[in-house]
Amino acid sequence: MRKTLRTTVAVGLAVLASGTATHFTAASFPSDDRTIVHVLNRAGFGPRAGDVAAVRAIGLQRYIEQQLQPDQIADAGVAGRLSGLTTIGMSSREIAERFEIPQLRMRQERKLQAARSGSENQPAPPPRATPEMQQRANQVVQDLAQQKLIRAIYSERQLQEVLTDFWFNHFNVDARKGRVRFMLTEYERDAIRPHVLGRFSDLLEATARSPAMLFYLDNWQSAAPNSPDIDAAAARRRQALGRRPGRGRALGQPLPAAPAQQPVNRPRRGLNENYGRELMELHTLGVDGGYTQQDVTEVARAFTGWTIENPRQGAGYRFDPRLHDDGEKVVLGHRIKAGGGERDGIEVLDLLSRHPSTARFIATKLVRRFVSDTPPPALVERAAGRFRQTDGDLREVMRTILTSPEFLSVEAYRAKVKTPFEFMVSTIRATGAEVQDGLPLVRAMQQLGMPLYACQPPTGYRDTADVWMNTGALVSRMNIALSVAANQMRGVSIASQSLPTDSRGVAEVILNGDVSEATLATIAKATTAPQMLALAVGAPEFQRR
Amino acid sequence: MISRRVFLKDGAFALVSLGFAPSFLTRTAFAQGRAVRAKQLIAIFQRGAVDGLSMVVPFGEADYYKARPSIAIARPGSGDGAALDLDGFFGLNARLQPLQPFWDARQLAIVHACGSPDTTRSHFDAQDYMETATPGVKSTADGWLNRYLQTRRVEAATPFRAVALSGQLPRMLQGPSPALAMSQIGQFGIRAGRATETANASFEALYAAAADRVLNGTGREAFDAIRMLKTNDPLRYDPEHGADYPRSAFGQALKQIAQLIKSNVGVEIAFADLGGWDTHVNQGAAQGQLAGRLDDFSRGIAALVTDLGDRMADTVVLTMSEFGRAVGENGSRGTDHGHGNAMMVIGGGVRGGHVYGKWPGLAPEHRFEGRDLAVTTDFRDVFGEIVVRHLGVADPKPIFPGYDLKPARFPGLFA
Repeated sequence: MRKTLRTTVAVGLAVLASGTATHFTAASFPSDDRTIVHVLNRAGFGPRAGDVAAVRAIGLQRYIEQQLQPDQIADAGVAGRLSGLTTIGMSSREIAERFEIPQLRMRQERKLQAARSGSENQPAPPPRATPEMQQRANQVVQDLAQQKLIRAIYSERQLQEVLTDFWFNHFNVDARKGRVRFMLTEYERDAIRPHVLGRFSDLLEATARSPAMLFYLDNWQSAAPNSPDIDAAAARRRQALGRRPGRGRALGQPLPAAPAQQPVNRPRRGLNENYGRELMELHTLGVDGGYTQQDVTEVARAFTGWTIENPRQGAGYRFDPRLHDDGEKVVLGHRIKAGGGERDGIEVLDLLSRHPSTARFIATKLVRRFVSDTPPPALVERAAGRFRQTDGDLREVMRTILTSPEFLSVEAYRAKVKTPFEFMVSTIRATGAEVQDGLPLVRAMQQLGMPLYACQPPTGYRDTADVWMNTGALVSRMNIALSVAANQMRGVSIASQSLPTDSRGVAEVILNGDVSEATLATIAKATTAPQMLALAVGAPEFQRR
Repeated sequence: MISRRVFLKDGAFALVSLGFAPSFLTRTAFAQGRAVRAKQLIAIFQRGAVDGLSMVVPFGEADYYKARPSIAIARPGSGDGAALDLDGFFGLNARLQPLQPFWDARQLAIVHACGSPDTTRSHFDAQDYMETATPGVKSTADGWLNRYLQTRRVEAATPFRAVALSGQLPRMLQGPSPALAMSQIGQFGIRAGRATETANASFEALYAAAADRVLNGTGREAFDAIRMLKTNDPLRYDPEHGADYPRSAFGQALKQIAQLIKSNVGVEIAFADLGGWDTHVNQGAAQGQLAGRLDDFSRGIAALVTDLGDRMADTVVLTMSEFGRAVGENGSRGTDHGHGNAMMVIGGGVRGGHVYGKWPGLAPEHRFEGRDLAVTTDFRDVFGEIVVRHLGVADPKPIFPGYDLKPARFPGLFA
């Protein structure tokens, strides 16, 4: 059976290779099971039992088309599973009122108490957060992380989930930096998710105006040098912030290197270039995109005044003209006239989202994610071209990639090593495990070296095999395979009667039948069904997608 | 001094006699045609910004006592808990007494008023900058120690070449070059209860048979490492030379680092960290919060250095913290976030017994922004000197992107 599948692919590709076709016709579009598995592994988080048959029934081309229109895919099941996560629908204001402000108040009180009770000889213990405080503060990010896992596992809108993961990572912010953790829910839900198949410029502007990004890359405190109102504004912000925002743990377990936020008793004055630099280097042009240090400074000047209204109360973006540098700026040779105010930033975003380097940079990253660690140059060129022609329509760019011969080639099949997140989600999908509680999975992501929402640098997690394939991480994957298969991960259960008990059956379900004889022989030696399952999930074949 | 070649041969032989020889060890043994004595660096991060002015006390400064009416460490000779005189101007916190023998033996050097050119007072950003060694640049993808590993590609590298005894790999070691994080040696391995052994054997067979080159190689190293660690039971480890590690998590992490180094499994870079330094409230002086942390810190390091014995000739222990604390104490008998700080460098090859760096003074007009110890030594010059003169890197430029590293600016920690 496998052999016939391979022959079909080979024939299809041979036909294609004879011309210089850059896309398939409806008649030539591959429809074999192996290519279906490939698409389910790339445009989604891997096949569940029955998925291959379902795609075969409607046709692969049509399946891809459906995934490009997620709003038209019914997804009621996932909504029910998310209903227990109370914070994921809240506004930042609500989150601040319920979680952040009470925490700050309690901290203040405990601190005052500690200062009163301490004496020189017997210093009082420092004001530590009580376990309840800690737990409440963690709940927001824990809810969000469970939401991410549950959607990735159960949503029918698989491509949307893959892209939400991709674009969050592209515009990465870290929950452990100060109050970012209270801003993340809104950030992912309102700034990232709605735009992943929309226009790049809308996505870019949504992130530029988001409190999470303004805080994470410090733009909220960037001000024109010599601006007369800076001290007053800084004092107001200090007032708004409280002196010592919380140190806490973003997720279920203590994160090493989770540093506390500085007491904002002396905010940096003047221009802060962090956002200006990363906007060009990481969000748009790419590091070789043709900008200079002078451009970084000019962009930073353009964004002065893009700040946060009263962050502690969860309020949103605000333009503060008193912090803005109103002089003329020259960005990438383009003159931005003096006196533009808030328009300056918009003009920069327009300029950057239309720049050919941006099209190229985004196309390269998408092709790396979906096709190969070494992106085929011809496909990058076509995807970048589509980006330019359509004014950054991400749906069109994705269509170009997902229907390309490069993407559907034998070379691309199992060419990518799964990231820990992809491993975790595909494990649950392949085994058909039922997740009653997502928190143990959230914790497992730390063990696997990829804590959710806690990637420190603005680069986000890397998307190439070398980063994820090391001895420690591999051993962790095997242990997680063992614990899931033996029903020992709390909150996650496998209905064992639903799984085959012979090695070939297990290999069919988990590895879609594409397995080496050696792997099959080793699985066959296992004496219990859970062990067979664990070996299949921990096998080399399952570490790739 | 015994060369690494001998160690490795002995080590490999010992393992063969136990019935197996890990592939990386045999590779290492064969690859040592040129006997290069391996150097080790043990990096220790004090997360949360330790108060350097309480660690290495400038007791010769009247302004120090003026600025800290309730938390200053007393001048040497003024009774219990007074600073231990180092050079007539600086003194060690009494709780760092376990380190004094290394000062006296000229193995311990201190770099004071050391830190970052970036002025951030955010723990988050400052730790990031120190671990990437690119102050002010947030998007640096890898840590500086990982870049060190990258510049020095070792064919016979073992999975233990860079090890962090911590739950997660620190930013400093993150990057394309392999590095291993584990919270405990004994917990590294396949865990399947009673089925552990069969599961281990089956997984090993799966990866040994894999045609996939990347996964085959990583798998083989993983199982070699597991086997290697099995013979390193921490419960059966006896520190040498009377070294007495604290029972704290930090003490146990250092003990396991020593155990790994002494097992000759190819450790080149080791890492451990400890927190609790963010003393905004009731910092304490000779007693109290900070004193307790310093006690754990110094007893752990003293045990490590003692335990490693002769091996310290090829080893450097480096301590760091993201920034120092304000000169003046605050209204809660604590200290707020500051700027310059003190780093310690211990090793047989270190020109110790000296406090390095230009001392900027603590008078208000000499302070950074009127409140903090100014920085006169860029921390990258300390890292850089260790990389060049201890680890022997000829061209350190790729390790410190964007910085014009000049030996003339090195503190002079090594001859």
